[in-house]
Amino acid sequence: MSLAIKDDEVDIVIGALRSDLTTFMNEWRPMFSRFHLIIVKDPDLKEELKIPEGFNLDVYGKPDIDQVVGSSTSILFSGYLCRYFGYLVSRKKYIISVDDDCLPARDPKGFLVDAVAQNISNLTNPATPFFFNTLYDPYAEGADFVRGYPFSLRGGVKCALSCGLWLNLADHDAPTQALKARQRNSRYVDAVMTVPAGSLIPISGINIAFEREAVGPALVPALKLAGEGKCRWETMEDIWSGLCVKVVCDHLGLGVKTGLPYIWRTDRGDPIASLKKEWEGVKLMEEVIPFFQSVRLPREATTVEECIVEVANAVKERLGSMDPVFARAAKAMLDWIKLWQSVGSSSSRSSAV
Amino acid sequence: MAEPSTISPAPLLKDELDIVIPTIRNLDFLEMWRPFFQPYHLIIVQDGDPSKTIKVPEGFDYELYNRNDINRILGPKSSCISFKDSACRCFGYMVSKKKYIYTIDDDCFVAKDPSGKDINALEQHIKNLLCPSTPFFFNTLYDPYRAGADFVRGYPFSLREGVPTAVSHGLWLNIPDYDAPTQLVKPLERNTRYVDAIMTIPKGTLFPMCGMNLAFNRELIGPAMYFGLMGDGQPIGRYDDMWAGWCTKVICDHLGLGVKTGLPYIWHSKASNPFVNLRKEYKGIYWQEELIPFFQSVTLPKDCTSVQKCYIEISKQVKAKLGKVDDYFNKLADAMVTWIEAWDELNPSGAKSAELSNGASK
Repeated sequence: MSLAIKDDEVDIVIGALRSDLTTFMNEWRPMFSRFHLIIVKDPDLKEELKIPEGFNLDVYGKPDIDQVVGSSTSILFSGYLCRYFGYLVSRKKYIISVDDDCLPARDPKGFLVDAVAQNISNLTNPATPFFFNTLYDPYAEGADFVRGYPFSLRGGVKCALSCGLWLNLADHDAPTQALKARQRNSRYVDAVMTVPAGSLIPISGINIAFEREAVGPALVPALKLAGEGKCRWETMEDIWSGLCVKVVCDHLGLGVKTGLPYIWRTDRGDPIASLKKEWEGVKLMEEVIPFFQSVRLPREATTVEECIVEVANAVKERLGSMDPVFARAAKAMLDWIKLWQSVGSSSSRSSAV
Repeated sequence: MAEPSTISPAPLLKDELDIVIPTIRNLDFLEMWRPFFQPYHLIIVQDGDPSKTIKVPEGFDYELYNRNDINRILGPKSSCISFKDSACRCFGYMVSKKKYIYTIDDDCFVAKDPSGKDINALEQHIKNLLCPSTPFFFNTLYDPYRAGADFVRGYPFSLREGVPTAVSHGLWLNIPDYDAPTQLVKPLERNTRYVDAIMTIPKGTLFPMCGMNLAFNRELIGPAMYFGLMGDGQPIGRYDDMWAGWCTKVICDHLGLGVKTGLPYIWHSKASNPFVNLRKEYKGIYWQEELIPFFQSVTLPKDCTSVQKCYIEISKQVKAKLGKVDDYFNKLADAMVTWIEAWDELNPSGAKSAELSNGASK
């Protein structure tokens, strides 16, 4: 049912916020070694990267970012945003990205989960956003569409993005994790499902995969909190980016999936310390979610780039005066589209669907 | 902030929940459910030949209605209750005096979870119904109120209280709920995947609601659970629960109520004959192509503030827009109105469903 994809159609993009990637790369070696990797070093990181041998990869750092992007843009590719530079310079059809503090997980039978293969499977099987299938992924082995599912919708649509989950340290915000200091996620939910059209979800950047050719420009490195930090509790950039992607996908009739694969997220950081920084992000969501729920894209916006420009303009108009972070985000989104058009899409086709 | 639920050994809502079971054969399956069902009152709706005696296993507290009872109680309005189809079960919802309903098919048995433990499906449904839903923003860790889970980063705090849950839709291991064409193509497929999740179906999203393993808050949504005109004398079958599900979801979305799907699983033991099913479903397979866009575009005016008002409004739109698909929908729209009239007669407003029935068996 799924398309067979060639290894050379995939880039694995890692934003290195820590210098020693030895354990990370070695643990992921069985899943990563077939593919080309792009490692982008956080420009704020002073130490040299330590990367084990035996991978086919390109490493980019501050000098490369400066050279390619220069001062032409307001976007700061630092911290969690550094990986977006990797999305920009990739020339592959699919991108898979995980945080550098995540390792392969094990399923309930004890087998290592090949998150890369699962993500590829999610992207190459159709999504079904127009009607909910109660047996979840109808294309999975041993499953199908249930009674009452219209036949005309069973072909599905292209899956543009797949958001995976996390065992151990789940992606809770700082207040939640601080309150439940010892809570760790041990529930393995064996399902992939399409997020229904018109429904928004918080797309965590910890474990994602997407078709760069279809939606690359929609993953925008735009929302940078005033207190943006180096823990996921200290950022909302991925949540913002994911909302942009979902709105665009809904408009263009593309699918977004959630569920498998799981990765194992290692314990890191202190939620209580992050609470001071991330509170800003938590508060912003109260405005951000209603905004994205009410964004309407005009019929004339038929490409991803056009859609993002529309969203950026709406952000500027409706949120810009609320908090300077939004005005900056809107500008960053417009800069991103310009960058994408000059640097990003040169050898892959533009994303008109 | 979500708190882990405490596990109580006592049966929950013993006097507030009725179990509605449609049957045409026998109720032997209740033996397996005895440890979980015995504390509850059963409403058995006997379909088919009313002169047949349905044997209920000893020790259950129940009331039983056959076609003669339905005709006697509803008079001319009994025309809205299907005959020779499990859709007749909705009569049980109407006569119940309880706040909650659990309905289950007589070929559904106790399933086991991956650890081998028997699943108390009723207990899980009750937990689902008593716990809020979150239809306005999808939580990627599914049910945030479950032990060991919570809302994820990015989920606005203002949406974390959730809304009341009106419906809990359970799933099935073994024989999956496939339509006839799928059954014919995959006669041997069995659902062996235990997906350990409960989730709220987002607002604005429709789903195919299966009546095999279903619970709902009768006070919140009961009148929407009309299972339509199916079976004898009707051009369609096996779309009763689908119809109720679409109406229910539209109304829940309008009234700000939640619908959940996922756990619990039951073990579905019998695959019905796919050729018989094909004949019943045939028209439905074509009609659902019109029905889904219809329900997706239904809008209810602001002054529809009760389930009954919403339902009557939907019936008007069914007549106006679906009447031209087939005359069946004109009849169905009329039956929907009859159903609401009958519901209101049997459930006059002000009569609280917490009233205990003495559960005399017939």
